[in-house]
Amino acid sequence: MKVPPELKYTKEHEWVRVRGQEAEVGITDFAQGELGDVVFVELPAVGTKLTQMKGFGTIDAVKTVSDLFAPVSGEVTAINTELKSNPALINQSPYEKGWMVRVKMSSPEELEKLLSSDDYQKALGAHA
Amino acid sequence: MLDTTSTLKRTPFYARHVALGAKMVPFAGFEMPIQYEGIVAEHRTVRGGVGVFDVSHMGEIRLQGPGARAYANRLVTNQVDSIPEGKAVYTPMCLESGGIVDDLLVYATGTDRLLVVNAANFEKDLAWIQSHAPSGVTVLDENEETAQLAVQGPHAEDVVARIYGERVRELEFYTFFEDGKGADWTLVSRTGYTGEDGFEIYVKASRALRTWDRVFEAGAPALIRAIGLGARDTLRLEMGYCLYGNDIDETTNPLEAGLGWTVRLNKAAFIGKDALVAVEQAGPKRKLAGLTLEGERIARHGAEVTHQGTPVGEVTSGSMGISIGKPVAMAYLQPDHARTGSKLEVLTRGQETPASVVGRPMYPGGSVRSPKPRRAT
Repeated sequence: MKVPPELKYTKEHEWVRVRGQEAEVGITDFAQGELGDVVFVELPAVGTKLTQMKGFGTIDAVKTVSDLFAPVSGEVTAINTELKSNPALINQSPYEKGWMVRVKMSSPEELEKLLSSDDYQKALGAHA
Repeated sequence: MLDTTSTLKRTPFYARHVALGAKMVPFAGFEMPIQYEGIVAEHRTVRGGVGVFDVSHMGEIRLQGPGARAYANRLVTNQVDSIPEGKAVYTPMCLESGGIVDDLLVYATGTDRLLVVNAANFEKDLAWIQSHAPSGVTVLDENEETAQLAVQGPHAEDVVARIYGERVRELEFYTFFEDGKGADWTLVSRTGYTGEDGFEIYVKASRALRTWDRVFEAGAPALIRAIGLGARDTLRLEMGYCLYGNDIDETTNPLEAGLGWTVRLNKAAFIGKDALVAVEQAGPKRKLAGLTLEGERIARHGAEVTHQGTPVGEVTSGSMGISIGKPVAMAYLQPDHARTGSKLEVLTRGQETPASVVGRPMYPGGSVRSPKPRRAT
C-alpha cells in the first residue's frame, strides 16, 4: 500500500498535495482498497467554499457509500471531471489521476493539523 | 479488530483465499472473502466465464427417519414430501405469523431431507427445527463437516463435467446427484444464486481443498476465477433474488416478497399456513419490486421511495447493476406503485433520484435455465 512521503493526510483517509496556495485533494490507497470498486463520486461545484473536516462530497463504491471530508478550508478552484466518466481512476491511481478537487486555501495554517506520511502510516497500523 | 477476527470461524478453503490475496471480512460469524481482484471484474467473470464461490459458511441440516419427509413438508411453504429423489426445492420456512424464519434449499436424498440454510440463521434454524421435530425424526447438524463450492457461469457445465463426468450435462435445473459414502460423499446440484447456469458442489470438509484444486485445474482452459461475496451480492441483486436480512426476514412474508410461487396453500398443514391464507385472501399490503435508477447514485438499504413526493416504500437492497449499466434496487412498495413501469423517486442522501419499477429479474440476460427467483446466501 502506497503512502507517498510528500503528501499530508487526514485520519479519514484523504490526502492533500500542496502547491503554493492551492491544495489538491483525494483519497488514499488504503481508502480505495477498503471501499473497493468506485462507481460514482459526487463533488462540489467550482466556487464552493469548503470548511476543514466538514463533508464536501460522497463516494459510492459497489458495496458502500462514504463521505468525503475537506482536509483544508478554502474555495474549490477545480474538480476532476474525468471521474464522472471513469470513477475507477480512484482505484487505479488514487494519488494521481484519481485526484478529486483543488482548493485555494483560506487558512494554510490548517495544514499543521494534518498527518505526515509517517503518522498516517502509524494510524493505519491499527487497521493493517 | 484482531480480537473479533480471532473468534471468527474459517471455512476449509481459508488457505486458498489468503493465497489468492482475498480481502477477508467477518460475515455471519465466518471470515469470508469479500473480493479478490475486485467486485466489478469478478461479477463480469461469472456473467461471461466461470466463477468459483466458497459458500461453505452455509448451514447443512439433515432430517432423517420415517417421519423426515412429512416433517420437512410441515416446516416449509413449498412441496417437499412427494418430490422425486434427486430433486432440489427452494422454499421459505415461516413462523406461524407467516414471517420468514429463513429461505433454504431442500434436497430430496432417499428418504432424508437435507436442508441448506443461511449462515447467519444457522443456530436459529437448528433450534427451530429441533424444537418442532416430532418423534420419528432425527435432526442432524452437518454444518461443520460439510464444505460447499458454487461453480457458476455460462461455461460452468464444461468445468464440472470434466470432474464428475458426462452425467453432469444431463442434470436438469434444480436436480442433483450424489456419489460416494463417508469421507468420499459428494453432492452435485444444478443450482445457484447468480442468474447464470451453474452448480453447487458439496463435499466433506476433509476433501475440500482437493475439490477446490480439481475445479481450478478443470477450469484452466476457460476463464475461471475465485469470486467473493461482494460479487455474489451484485449478481443476485441483478436477478431480483432475495437476500435474507435485507429483503426478507421475520417481519416479511413470502407473498409480499414475490415468492408466492414457493407457497403451496393447497398442500397439507404447514407452519404459517393460516396466516398466509389470510394474506392471500386480503392481498399483500406491499410488494417487493425491482427498480432501476437514473444517474449514478446508488440507493442503499433503508432509502425511502416516494411517488411525486409521497412516501410509498423503502429500499431493501441496492447496488450498481454491473451488467445492467445502471444502479438497481429492490424495494417494498405499496401494491399500486409496484407495477412494472411505475415512475417513482428514491431519496438517496437527501436527493431525489428518478427510478422505474422493472420486472424481476432486472437482468434478463443470464444463462440460468429458469427465470424464477431463488435462494439466499
